[in-house]
Amino acid sequence: MLDLAVIVNNFTFLVVQGLLGLGGFTGGTLRLAIPAIVLGFVLGIFIGIARLARAWWISVPATLYVEFFRGVPLVMVIFWIWFIIPQLLRLPIPEYGVALTAFVIFEAAYFGEIVRAGIQSVPRGQVEAATALGLTRAQSMRYVVLPQAIRNMVPSLVTQMIVLFKDTSLASIIGYVDLTKAAQIVNNREIRPFELYLFIAVVYFIFTYSMSRIAGRFERRLA
Amino acid sequence: MNYQFNWSVLWSGQSGGWLLRGLGTTLALSGLAWLVAVALGIVSGAMRTVPWKPLRVVATFYVEFFRNVPLLVWMFFWYFGVPPLLPLAIREWLFDHGAEFWAGMFALGVYHGARMSEVIRSGIQSIPKTQFEAAVAIGLTTFQAYRLVIVPIALRLIVPPATSESLNLLKNSSVALTISVAELTFQTRQIETYTARAIEALTAGTVIYLGLCVGIATIMAHVERRFAIPGLIARGG
Repeated sequence: MLDLAVIVNNFTFLVVQGLLGLGGFTGGTLRLAIPAIVLGFVLGIFIGIARLARAWWISVPATLYVEFFRGVPLVMVIFWIWFIIPQLLRLPIPEYGVALTAFVIFEAAYFGEIVRAGIQSVPRGQVEAATALGLTRAQSMRYVVLPQAIRNMVPSLVTQMIVLFKDTSLASIIGYVDLTKAAQIVNNREIRPFELYLFIAVVYFIFTYSMSRIAGRFERRLA
Repeated sequence: MNYQFNWSVLWSGQSGGWLLRGLGTTLALSGLAWLVAVALGIVSGAMRTVPWKPLRVVATFYVEFFRNVPLLVWMFFWYFGVPPLLPLAIREWLFDHGAEFWAGMFALGVYHGARMSEVIRSGIQSIPKTQFEAAVAIGLTTFQAYRLVIVPIALRLIVPPATSESLNLLKNSSVALTISVAELTFQTRQIETYTARAIEALTAGTVIYLGLCVGIATIMAHVERRFAIPGLIARGG
């Protein structure tokens, strides 16, 4: 029945290489997920603010950007970046660069929507009061609106971070050696799919579930 | 960049047929998985509200474990991990009848069932208790209150999040290409392999997905407006 030896024997490869990316291959789920979350969120802030801009030539492109990427599967975006960037730049891009670019571009659309909803959740009176105090538009955004908006965004932001963390498994499609690919590599040698895929499912679960628990506690403290 | 576009690769040769068949497979895969997801979502969503703890624990475990693990891992698990444990007769039948399609459909349905469950639960919980109390106060029985008040309101509240969840399911069906289900993204890749025309092939796939998503979203937004109860529910809840 369950052969746990396959997990024990390959534990180092799965965790050190697959999860952390410290092995012989360029890879690692965390090494991809953490920069993707940070950069995706930063780009998302700009897109969210751009969607609310008064000038149509800023808000319309931002809206199109969001609607486009929310209507297309992530797998498709990964293939686009994989084929297009080498053609544009005339040089080969490592899988890490392709995957990171695809995730940042794609997830920024979702983060942008969260930022927009968060900003819109701040009552108008706050902006009016800031203006009355003599703050410029940029200042009132920076000191009054965003600090409150980010507080309102926390639950959806964490959900989106968990989604992104899970989505990084798709980088294995183009050969990036993350946790999923590491399990595939081990499975090709050992042929123990049930144990291996169940094991990485549990590893992913530990990360995503503790993210949502920590966020829940954080939320209660902010409220 | 001097790339010579050649859009005719999309309808010359076998490409057109491949795209159509891919679209058909994507729709069949998503449609069947959607039925599984809705059924599982309703059952587990309801189970999480019953007063008997073991049922709640089972449902919570299902929802939390399945939605917190990547869909790709579930695809591999159901396609590579589970069939070797099945009895020989079932395994043979499966591999004669497109095992990858059924494994993909099952993975997609069970994963999105867990997510659908959350949509349904939060929809039911967002109905104020006073609605039920008011219904009983004007003389409706519990059953009537549910049939005439609670369920009609809950369905309307659920339409927007359930639509976006259904579109997620449709887009996520593309992950089935990893277990070689010949759906739309798979066929797009096949055209690229045969014609070496990456941009044209990817454009075709992208436009079809966009058309499906925008089309469904537009229809559902219309449904939402058409059935909105004036004054009761503001747009978007």
